[in-house]
Order: sequence, then structure tokens, then C-alpha cells
Amino acid sequence: MRIVFAKGLLNALISMLGASLIIFIMSRLSGDPLSLLLPMDAPQSAVQAMRHELGLDRPMWDQYLIFLWKAVQGDFGRSYRWQMPAIELVFERLPATIYLAMAAFAFSLALAIPLGVLSAVRRGSWIDQIARIIAMLGQAVPSFWVGLLLILVFAVNLQWLPAFGADGVQHVILPAIALGWYPVAAQTRVIRSGMLEVLDSDYIRMGRAVGTPERLLIWKYAFRNALLPLVTIMGVYFAYMLSGSFVVETVFAWPGLGRTVVEAVFARDYPVVQAGVLITSILFVLSNFLVDLSYSIIDPRIRL
Amino acid sequence: MTAAPLLQVENLQMHLHLRRGVVKAVDGVSFEVHEGETLGIVGESGSGKTMTCLSILRLLPIHSDGRLDGSVKLDGEDLLQLSEEDMASRVRGPKVAMISQDPMTSLNPVYTVGDQVSGPFLYHKLVRTVREAMAAAAQGLRRVRIPSPERRLKNYPHQFSGGMRQRVVTAMAIACSPRLLIADEPTTALDVTIQVQIMNLLRSIQQDSKVGIILVTHDLSIVAGLCHRIAVMYAGRIIETGKVRDIYRNPQHPYTQALLQAIPHLGQKRSRLAAIPGQPPNLIDPPKGCRFAQRCPKRMSVCDDYPPATDLGDRHVVNCWLAAKQ
Amino acid sequence: MTVILAPTPVTVADAPQLPFLVRFRLKGTPWIPILILLLIIVAAMGGESIAPHDPNGLDLGAAFRPPFWQAGGSYDYLLGTDNLGRDVLSRIIAGARVSAIVVLYAIGFSGAIGTMLGIMAGYFGGIVDMIIVRITEIMMAIPTLALALIFTATMDPGLSTVIIVIVLTYWTWYARIIRSEILSLRERDYVAFAKVAGCGPVTIFLRHLVPNIFNTLVVLMTLQVGQVIIFEASLSFLGVGIQPPDTSWGLMLADARQYITYAWWGITMPGIAIILTCLSSNLIGDWLRDLLDPKRRQL
Repeated sequence: MRIVFAKGLLNALISMLGASLIIFIMSRLSGDPLSLLLPMDAPQSAVQAMRHELGLDRPMWDQYLIFLWKAVQGDFGRSYRWQMPAIELVFERLPATIYLAMAAFAFSLALAIPLGVLSAVRRGSWIDQIARIIAMLGQAVPSFWVGLLLILVFAVNLQWLPAFGADGVQHVILPAIALGWYPVAAQTRVIRSGMLEVLDSDYIRMGRAVGTPERLLIWKYAFRNALLPLVTIMGVYFAYMLSGSFVVETVFAWPGLGRTVVEAVFARDYPVVQAGVLITSILFVLSNFLVDLSYSIIDPRIRL
Repeated sequence: MTAAPLLQVENLQMHLHLRRGVVKAVDGVSFEVHEGETLGIVGESGSGKTMTCLSILRLLPIHSDGRLDGSVKLDGEDLLQLSEEDMASRVRGPKVAMISQDPMTSLNPVYTVGDQVSGPFLYHKLVRTVREAMAAAAQGLRRVRIPSPERRLKNYPHQFSGGMRQRVVTAMAIACSPRLLIADEPTTALDVTIQVQIMNLLRSIQQDSKVGIILVTHDLSIVAGLCHRIAVMYAGRIIETGKVRDIYRNPQHPYTQALLQAIPHLGQKRSRLAAIPGQPPNLIDPPKGCRFAQRCPKRMSVCDDYPPATDLGDRHVVNCWLAAKQ
Repeated sequence: MTVILAPTPVTVADAPQLPFLVRFRLKGTPWIPILILLLIIVAAMGGESIAPHDPNGLDLGAAFRPPFWQAGGSYDYLLGTDNLGRDVLSRIIAGARVSAIVVLYAIGFSGAIGTMLGIMAGYFGGIVDMIIVRITEIMMAIPTLALALIFTATMDPGLSTVIIVIVLTYWTWYARIIRSEILSLRERDYVAFAKVAGCGPVTIFLRHLVPNIFNTLVVLMTLQVGQVIIFEASLSFLGVGIQPPDTSWGLMLADARQYITYAWWGITMPGIAIILTCLSSNLIGDWLRDLLDPKRRQL
């Protein structure tokens, strides 16, 4: 257990380090960030002073190490637009995004688990057909379009739910559905094929041969085995949630990190973009790490 | 044995509807098993042995559309007429139980052995609380001679060796003292020394409980040691059945003879195992006549019709024209 | 003491697949998706020349015309007009062109780069493999859209930036899958036999590895068409993708979002175009996968 933990943590650290390097390289690819900080006609001396102050006259590696050292301390610089430290802004907006991602995750699982299990148990039935159609559409329908359609139907036409903002539970419903839409398809498919495989196994047949009630057989003995592949892809879908939050938060004007980063991109507010993307990546790496750990809890075979 | 048989199977048919066509996996099989008796079902893979066993428990292979016909009478009650709920709550476990082929895959990897062995006690209301069920499970493990059972209950299947797992599976199967125990090649996946141990275990369980056993195997040497009678299956049908001694000493069907010749004997020069040339027929569209005819060295023109059952006395019955003509 | 009853037939399970054209069968061919995709390809090639109107032709007098079947609609504007009176159908046709260009270049480049690195990693192993795998792992640690955002934040948005961003994020998929393919192929018996038989690495590569990889690539690329289109639409929708006066389906949705309360067709029509394209390419991809690799055929 301790070895699994240490290995996972080391991998996570390497990934975070790599992500910070990529973010650094990407944000320097465009060339001189100074052109945005200073007026076009700034005197050469002012440019030089600024360059020195920001450490831009040093070699790339030094610059990266400075960036990394500051990032570890939580210093990404001040937001040009919000006039506050970028990291503070990011942490201020993060809870709303996590709240939305959780709600979306809950929505997707609440739909995918019964759909996946039942479509496997009743193969070829109408519920299997529905699962098939959802799985097909899931990959083909972009989440922001689902969001727009939900707004059109439930907010504009039916006026059941609000389209924008985040004042209460009713505000999270539509964005959560839009964000959770895509994972439903994949999760249903993973659960279904997992269940099909497990239901065909010797131990389920053995359980049936000693008279285990069907309900227990499916929801206790088979389901937990079918859960394993679902847990492995959980990290992928959490990443998708974070990635999708940029778009879905923009559609629903959700005051989370995603929309803040998108707005910062337009405002060329680099500190906020860097901090936001790096924190998102760290969250993603950590969630993958946690998924690995939970995997070893569900499956006793890899418990060490 | 004049008493009514424990299990009486008559004209059992299992037809599986697959995309390729209807597979007649079991095609009109009849046999009986008495209390305290062991029947060996022998045949090559695909001959319908396992399917026959699953039919008795009414466990069709999943993912297939199957149909069962005929009758399977256990203590006079036709299992094929029961509802699925009755099968699960009354029959599977307390009346008929099964030990499956591969102990490595027969136990659920994510639940403890205790959870799995105690289950049948709870499902069939032999005990009321989980604690009582665990005590019963420990007792069950003791019965199959697993050392320090209380401690082992908390272990997961992967912490057991193959032979120990097969003991656990056996404990699960005999938990509710079934009247009939079906053992589907219980030792195929195990080492030879472990095989003997499991066979001895089955024998002692039978001595204690008078359970009827159906032992499915393709290993004739096992049959000789444990079984009272043998049924030889070929292509979904039983072609010869009788007491072990009669089958061994006086096999009538050319297929049975070939099977017996294929056993290496002690002292005999073991140059090569005799193989029967050819392949069993396609069960989607089996031949009308004797199903072994294409591979039979003694084939006659009359073999194009299905041979009738010939009773040679002492319940030795064979379906072969050679025996019918005598 | 197992009795051998019948000789087991020796099967050659892992022989290399035939090229897919040879194995092409008419049965089960997804004709409707193929037809839809062909239609979109025609629209993409024709572009403005087959569009009924100028996709950028402003006509404020004709703003918010509904599709032809609704009251107030006309056959002149089959799918209606937007807030500036531009013909929705013409803009969808123009958007098809942009989508096609993005798909062609992005998948072409990311496929080429990813395949090359994947082959290198799988074939050479060792340190080369370790570095490439590490890089793909790190790239995958950053959510794709976040990567795209940080890139577009520093580059000028536009068609080429979109393509570069997609290539940067998608090559890892090809690298990973091709690498594992090569690794498993290397272990196959027939590759080992070929080695024993004295075939050189080049022969092995051309005769045994390439045909297998080719099939995987065809399937992977087809399945990725839909993803790339959605990715491009997402970027354009956020405003960091295709820039006006070019048009794209994602951009149309971003515009239509402003007047969602007045004109339902504004967000519906481009969305349907996206869905039909993705659905078609996914279905064709699934079909190709079954056709090319019977082993992976699911229940």
C-alpha cells in the first residue's frame, strides 16, 4: 500500500512538473510578453528595466526555474484586470467549478449506473436500445450545444429553470446536465460491457447455483466487479469535466474558474490564465492519483 | 436399487438459439441418479456434459436464447415446471448445488471467502443473523478441512491456493446440504496430488450425507475410482450407460471402446495416446443416424438410422446397431 | 492422465489482416452516414460557390427569417436567417469548408507526428520509449481545452492556430495507441517466426507491422473526425478559434446564443450539422473497426 502510494505520488509530481513546463513554454511561444505590458512607444531604457525586473533577460531555463519557484509559493503575479493576486482570484472561483463538476458527476452516474446495469442484464430490451442511442449521441453532441438547447427548452420556452447565474440549487441543474451529458454515454458503455463480462463469469454462475437472489447477484456481487473499469476511467472524466467547464460555464455564465480563465484569455490577463490552467492541471493529476488509490480499495487483489 | 431415484432425467433437450442457428447442445438425454450414488458423465469437450448439468439447475448460458424440454424430476418434482423464483429460493442450494470447473474463477475476487460461503445460509434462511451465518461458514470450511477456518473467513480468494479454493467452492456448494451435487470437472484445473484430495473429499461428503453426485469429467481414470455408474455422452446424446465395471470390462459402443483404449495403462508401453480420428458432428445440423458413424471404424449401412437402445441387463444400455443386432 | 480425444485443429489466429478494400463487404455498410458525410464533403468543396446566398451578405431587412416550414419563412432562406439577415444554410455550407480544412490538416499532422513517435517508442524501447511516454503522460495531465486556451492566449487566434492547437493536443492519442500496437505486434508469433526465418527489420516492418498499423490508423482517424469537429466548434464558440469574417459552426452558435430568445433555429441548425457529421463519422469508424479487426468486435 505504501509503495503504491509513493509511486503514485512520484508520478503525480512528475506530471505536475511537466505540466508547469509546458504551460511556461506555451506562454512564452508568442514571443515578448513585454509588448503587452508597456505602451508601444515606451523608451528603450524602460523596456530594459522592465525586462530585468521580470527576469526576461536571463536564459530560458533560469526563467523557468524562477517561474516554478514563484508558482510553488503561489505567486503568479497580479491580475491586470482584477487588480488582485492571480492565485487568490483562482481560489476564489474554484469552489463554484468544483461544485458544478460534482453535480455533473452525480448526474452522469445517477443516469449511467442504472442504464448500464439494466441494459446489460436485459440485453436487447428497450432499455438496452435507449442506452445504445444515448451512447451514440453522447460522443456526437457537444456539451455547449446541449447547454444551449437546455436553455432554449427549459429556460426560454418552458421557463422552468433559470438560464444564467448561480444563486441556488435550481441554477446548477441545467449546467450540470450539460456538463454531465458526455460522460453518461461513456460511463454507460463501460458499465454495460463490464456487467456483461462479469455476468458471464464463473463466480456469478456459482453464486446463482447456490441460490443467491438475483437482486443481490446483480447489485452486490456483479456490480462491484463491473465498477473496476468505471473507476479507471473516472479520472479521464473528471479531466473532461474540468475541460468542459470552460465552455459550459461560459454558456451558463457560471461564476467559476472556467469562465474566469476564458475571460482572462480575452483580456490577455496572463497571470490568471497561467494560474488557472496550472491549478486545473494539478487538480486533474491529483484526481487521477486518488482514482488509483480508490482502485486498490475496491480491488483487494492489488492491496499491498 | 428398487427405491425411486433421487433424480430422474427424461428426454432432456437444451436448444440454444444463436445467430448461426439452433444448437442442439443436449438432444434427448435420459438418466437417473439414486441417493448416495455417483454417476460419472464422460465425453469429449462439446459433447454436452456441462450443458446437461446446467440444464438440471436451469442455468442457461447467459447471452443466449435457450430452450429446455423434457423433464428433470428431483424427488418426483419436475424442476422444469418450477418458476424461476422457486428455483432460486428452494432448489438451487438446498436441493441441487454445483461445483464448477475452475476454482480460480469460481469465487468472486472482490468479496471475502466468509461473505461468499455464508451467503447460502442466509439466502435459504438456515440462520437469521450475519454472525450466525459466519459461524456456519466457519463450520463449512472445517467440513472441507480448511485449517484455521475462522481466520480464513476474512481472506479474499486470491489468498488461497487452487486446491484450497476448490475446497471453498465445495463448502459453498454443500452449505445447505443439497440432495444432489453436480461436480463439473472439479479437478481439471488442479495438480494431480490435489485432484486426489478433492476426490477423497467428495467421497467422504457422500458417505456422511448420502448425497447423490453427478461427476462430469473427460478423465476416465477419475471415474473408475469414484463413480458407481457411467454415462458416456457423444454429440449431445448419451450413447452408453452402465455400472463402472460393465463399462470398463465390456464396453459395447465403439466410441466407448476407443475412449478406454485411449487410457494409458500401468506397465504398458506408453508410446502414444490413441486419438480418435475425425471431429464430432456439428450440433446445429446433426446427422440423422448414429452421430458417431462418420468416425466409427465399424460403420455399417444401417448406421444411417439412429440405433435403438439395447438393454444388456443390469442397467447396461447402449445405443449401437452392433449391440442391437446380436 | 488426460485422454486426448480429438486432434485440435491448429489455427492461425494472428495472421496479418488483409487490406481493408479487399475485405470490403456490402452487408452492414452504414449507407446513410456515408451519404451524409459525402454531402458534407461536397458542401465543403463547393463552399461559397454552391451556397444559395453570400454567407457574409448582410441584409438587415431580412433578419430573423424562420425556416421555410414556419410561418414567415420562405424557400429563399431554407433554414432561416440570423440577426444580420445572413442565410443560415449558406453559412453552414461555408462552415463545412472550415471544418473540413481543420479536420484534414489537424488529423493529418497529429496522426503523422503521433504515429512516428509511437513507432519510435515501440520499436526502439528503452530511453526513447521512456521519454516519449512521459511526454504523452504530461500532455494528458493538462485538460485539452486548457492547453488550447493557454496557447491561444499567446497566439493570434485563427484557422492556423486552431490547427496547431489540435495537433499539439491530439498527437498523444496516436503515439500511445500505435506504441502499444507495436509492442504487442513485436510479441506475436508470426513476427518472431519472421525473425527466425531471417527477415531483416525492414522486411518485418513493411510486411508485418505496417499493415496492422495502417488498419488501426484508419479507424483511429475516422473516429477522431467527430472529436476534432467538436473541439474546433468549442474553440470557435469560446471566441478563440475561427475568427470572422471566416465562419464556422461553433462561431455560428456563439453568435446565435445572443439572440436565442428570438430565433430557435439559430442555435439548432449549426448544432444539427455538427451532430450529423460527428455521428456519421463515428458510425463509419465503428463499422471500419469491426470490418478491419474482427477480434475487437464487441458482443
